[in-house]
Amino acid sequence: MDILTILGDGFRAAIGPEAAIYALAAIGLNMHFGYTGLLNFGQVGFMLVGAYGVAVAVTTFSAPLWAGVLVGIALAVALALLLGIPTLRLRADYLAITTIAAGEILRYVYRSNFASPVTGGVYGLTRFADPLYAINPVPAGQYGFGQLSFSDRSLWIMVIAWSLVALACAFMFLIIKSPWGRVIRSVREDEDAARSLGKNVFGYRLQSLVVGGVLGATGGMLLAVYTQAVQPDAYNPVVTFYLYTLLILGGAGRILGPVVGSVIFWFVLVFADSFLRQAIGTGLIPASLINPTEVGAIRFALVGAGLMLLMIYRPQGILGDRREMLLGER
Amino acid sequence: MSAKPVPQVSRLAGVAAEPGAGKPDPVLVADDVTKTFGGLHAVRVSRLEVQRGAITALIGPNGAGKTTLFNLLTGFDRADSGRWSFEGRSMAGLPAHRIARTGLVRTFQLTKSLTLLTVLENLKLASRQQTGERFFTALVHPLWRAREESIERLADEMLARFQLDRMRGEFAGTLSGGQRKLLELARALMAQPTMIMLDEPTAGVNPALTQSLLRHIQQLRDEGMTILFVEHDMDVVMGISDWVVCMAEGRVIAEGPPASIGSNRAVVDAYLGAHHGRRAGEED
Repeated sequence: MDILTILGDGFRAAIGPEAAIYALAAIGLNMHFGYTGLLNFGQVGFMLVGAYGVAVAVTTFSAPLWAGVLVGIALAVALALLLGIPTLRLRADYLAITTIAAGEILRYVYRSNFASPVTGGVYGLTRFADPLYAINPVPAGQYGFGQLSFSDRSLWIMVIAWSLVALACAFMFLIIKSPWGRVIRSVREDEDAARSLGKNVFGYRLQSLVVGGVLGATGGMLLAVYTQAVQPDAYNPVVTFYLYTLLILGGAGRILGPVVGSVIFWFVLVFADSFLRQAIGTGLIPASLINPTEVGAIRFALVGAGLMLLMIYRPQGILGDRREMLLGER
Repeated sequence: MSAKPVPQVSRLAGVAAEPGAGKPDPVLVADDVTKTFGGLHAVRVSRLEVQRGAITALIGPNGAGKTTLFNLLTGFDRADSGRWSFEGRSMAGLPAHRIARTGLVRTFQLTKSLTLLTVLENLKLASRQQTGERFFTALVHPLWRAREESIERLADEMLARFQLDRMRGEFAGTLSGGQRKLLELARALMAQPTMIMLDEPTAGVNPALTQSLLRHIQQLRDEGMTILFVEHDMDVVMGISDWVVCMAEGRVIAEGPPASIGSNRAVVDAYLGAHHGRRAGEED
């Protein structure tokens, strides 16, 4: 057992590109769920249209990469309007049902045969982000030490992704502390009260859905350019639930909640994975008890158990305020 | 009942005490407003005028349609039919937030304090003309800072007036039931209304706080505000209102100055049943 290796694996994941990408998508979800009280169960759908917006524009239509980014954002706005206009006047549950369905519909449409000339079907698209790597200022090579090392490409994406996370947090700070944010939070607390004070609740919900959706799409685009691949089944509903997990873990309705949540989520996930593999490898856990192929599933079970403990002992999340949560229940 | 204030010399003196009576200066006028829930006629008001600058009490037994009428007039529920205007502008079919912006602001029977906003934020939320409530403007602090400062001054004055200044930075959720009623009234006033509609403002409030709430309401009237309020406590109704409207089974069945309403036959019948005062089995 090499605890340094296990810790190294964990830290590597905690600061890696995935953690930043999930943090970005979860910041969008925080806008929806944490601040506006919108139950969006289809955040992965926004990630998907963002990712495919870039991939399809570049691969199928030979557009430049920056144009692909604009396409991704435009698609996210369109998706938010499409989902929001019919459902946001209704009770919160309708948005939840609609968004989870929409995410799945998108995935099936993008992987379908008839769409495959454009989307690549089940195989998806690859190698559309070369221009981004061509301008990578980090010299080729491997950086870091031991387990904690990254390739120049990963490092480049990490710089971009964490910068975007920082920008998104600054944006959230400004907008939530503004009068706009005050209205948004009042909509979360009591829409009738907001309405009685002359606030257009529907309009504010729609704006929130668009803004959070664009942040989700940005996460999706980053994931696409980082892996240089889009594949429809990577955008299944489970991703949305991971985002909820880490958002609640970090603290919903807190500016840094999704960031802290994502870092911890990825650390625990990879730490558990590395630990289990080593424990089986060294015979600490007999192979008859846990088969190495089952590690992938068991680590998620551990994350689930950890989340349950958190809900019991710290239901407000790492950064949350317990007093606020208790008041919210009244 | 203790010494009640003498009703102000009002222009309501010459108004006929009958349902649908015309007022000298009505700010709110409703015609043929109806709402049914299934087969139940919740509201069928053929004519109602509310006098400007007066306190009008809306009374009636449970299920008379008072709250439903409130909901219809303020856009929180859709009327089946009818017309109503506020300050001469037709309000029928307008969404709630648009009606509120015209200066007709309501409160709720069950207080809707915005729990996780502070008391100060609750008040600041209600103010109008804050361009920082628009998305793109919100990101540029200098564009709305001056307005925010003037709103905050106004909010602080309001907090002092309603003795809520001690609670300024607390979450509204920590307030007592009575304080929430005060907060809701103060918040409604921050929206600079010309008329406020209060749905049972004293329900669940202790007697001392009730007195202070009623003084606030009278003071507002003296400043020129129009007030329409639903109330079950007859002492309160008799004590502060200038005019009383009684509803039963969705209709306005009686109107008049508070002194006359207690002896009104239709009102007594509505509250006690048409057969009161007679022995069982006795017929007309």
